[in-house]
Amino acid sequence: MIEVRNLTKRYGELTAISNISFTAEKGQILGFLGPNGAGKTTTMRIITGFMPATSGTVKIAGYDIFNDSYECRRRIGYLPESPPLYGDMTVVTYLRFVGRIRGIAKADLTDAVDRVLRSCGLEDVPHRVIGHLSKGYRQRVGLAQAMIHSPSVLVLDEPTIGLDPRQIIDIRTLIKELAADRTVILSTHILPEVSQLCDKVVIINQGRIVVEDMLANLTRDTSLEQVFLRYISQDSAVPSGVAEGTA
Amino acid sequence: MKNALTIAGKELRSAFVSPIAYVVLTGFMLLGGWFFFNLLNRFNFLVQIYMSFRNPEVQMRLNLNELVVAPLLGNLSVVLIILVPVITMRSFAEEKRAGTYELLLTSPLSIAEIVMGKFLGVVAFLVVMLALTAVYPAILLVYGNPEPGIIASGYLGLFLLAVAFATVGLLTSSFTDNQIVAAVSCLIVLLLLYVISWPAETAGPTLAAVLRYLSLTEHFSEMVKGVIETKDLIYFGSVITLALYLTHRSVESVRWR
Ligand SMILES: Nc1ncnc2c1ncn2[C@@H]1O[C@H](COP(=O)(O)OP(=O)(O)OP(=O)(O)O)[C@@H](O)[C@H]1O
Ligand SMILES: [Mg+2]
Repeated sequence: MIEVRNLTKRYGELTAISNISFTAEKGQILGFLGPNGAGKTTTMRIITGFMPATSGTVKIAGYDIFNDSYECRRRIGYLPESPPLYGDMTVVTYLRFVGRIRGIAKADLTDAVDRVLRSCGLEDVPHRVIGHLSKGYRQRVGLAQAMIHSPSVLVLDEPTIGLDPRQIIDIRTLIKELAADRTVILSTHILPEVSQLCDKVVIINQGRIVVEDMLANLTRDTSLEQVFLRYISQDSAVPSGVAEGTA
Repeated sequence: MKNALTIAGKELRSAFVSPIAYVVLTGFMLLGGWFFFNLLNRFNFLVQIYMSFRNPEVQMRLNLNELVVAPLLGNLSVVLIILVPVITMRSFAEEKRAGTYELLLTSPLSIAEIVMGKFLGVVAFLVVMLALTAVYPAILLVYGNPEPGIIASGYLGLFLLAVAFATVGLLTSSFTDNQIVAAVSCLIVLLLLYVISWPAETAGPTLAAVLRYLSLTEHFSEMVKGVIETKDLIYFGSVITLALYLTHRSVESVRWR
């Protein structure tokens, strides 16, 4: 469903990611992990077509993000690192606007908006101005806009950041439900979240992939914290050697 | 096209919830009223002088169009040079700063739709803005006998001028994520276009013709006199198309940098 191959992105002199490859299938939730500045947001921005890679390709449902950008963008729901909100709109006006530009027909718009208001816990604030909402509620609006058009690929950059504990549980349940017939990529710094949610884990460090494996394989005889710390502490050394040492 | 209208609607709505729109509209109305009041005063003064000279022939030649409407539109055009950059500065710069640019560029919208949406939004705002000042010529039509055709032609000129200014504003806003930078660079370009014909007086005939042709205001003043010529319409059309095309390229380059 999502196929990332040999992706490299340079910002001038700085190489943010180099030669990244991984895949995510339909029905999978892929946890994208890595320390601050590892290149998670950069990778997601390229996958969603916001900016081009320096080299490498991304395929969404078989379409190339560069050449068939439109077909790809139609299929993607994206929650950027900072939710892309218009502070002067109310929640409902905003969601209706996003629904329109994401191609929802006018007749289905009200239903779609009601659905995400319910699933993202926004029923109490539909007519509040977004700029006046608390941080957690703004994050919920951000999630709602990513899901409004029932996309087949969801790209979520730190989706549960700033949410209260109950809402975190609700959103995790929601992501789990959604993933049944979709592909989800989410980045997070909360490792228990990955343990609960994800099928597959990709860890990236200093712009390079250090591990790509199923969660079950990685955590067979150790915790995800251990795995994470082990892989990011060895910089760009060969992963297999250290893995042997701890086994 | 449907998407462009959706974006235009959003632009217009957000313009009218921000205080900028009201400051701009009020300022434009106030200045327009001040110009109108003073021009009318001067007109009355002239009428009275010629009446006291008992010179009905000259008095008949005093013309509301020439002495009130034309200078009013001319002054408004100068005010537009300052106000239009303020209207357009947000268009792209604010989206980039707020991160909503990421939403627009990852939605299934073409860049043409985004640019057209922004353009139509600002055009609608300019229509409101100019329509508000139409009360002044309307007063003349009620209480005097100016030539309505010349007023209409002048207003068309002012509208085309404002739209051309706005496309320059969209272009400079697409270069930056800073509204002040967008506004100031637009202002500078518009002032340059305003004074570009100054050397024409002393330059050789070919250069003078070129400079005059480039000047937005030269074409505008023809229309204020009531002369609608194809060459002026083509000129405004080309400026608008060129600026929109460059804006398209600029947005595109941000996407595929
Ligand atoms: N627009 C930019 N211009 C220059 N460098 C950039 C730009 N955006 C990101 N970078 C650099 O690219 C690298 C990767 O950044 P990125 O935002 O992808 O990290 P991240 O993994 O999302 O980190 P975090 O966990 O803090 O969100 C960083 O070194 C960052 O400084
Ligand atoms: Mg990030």
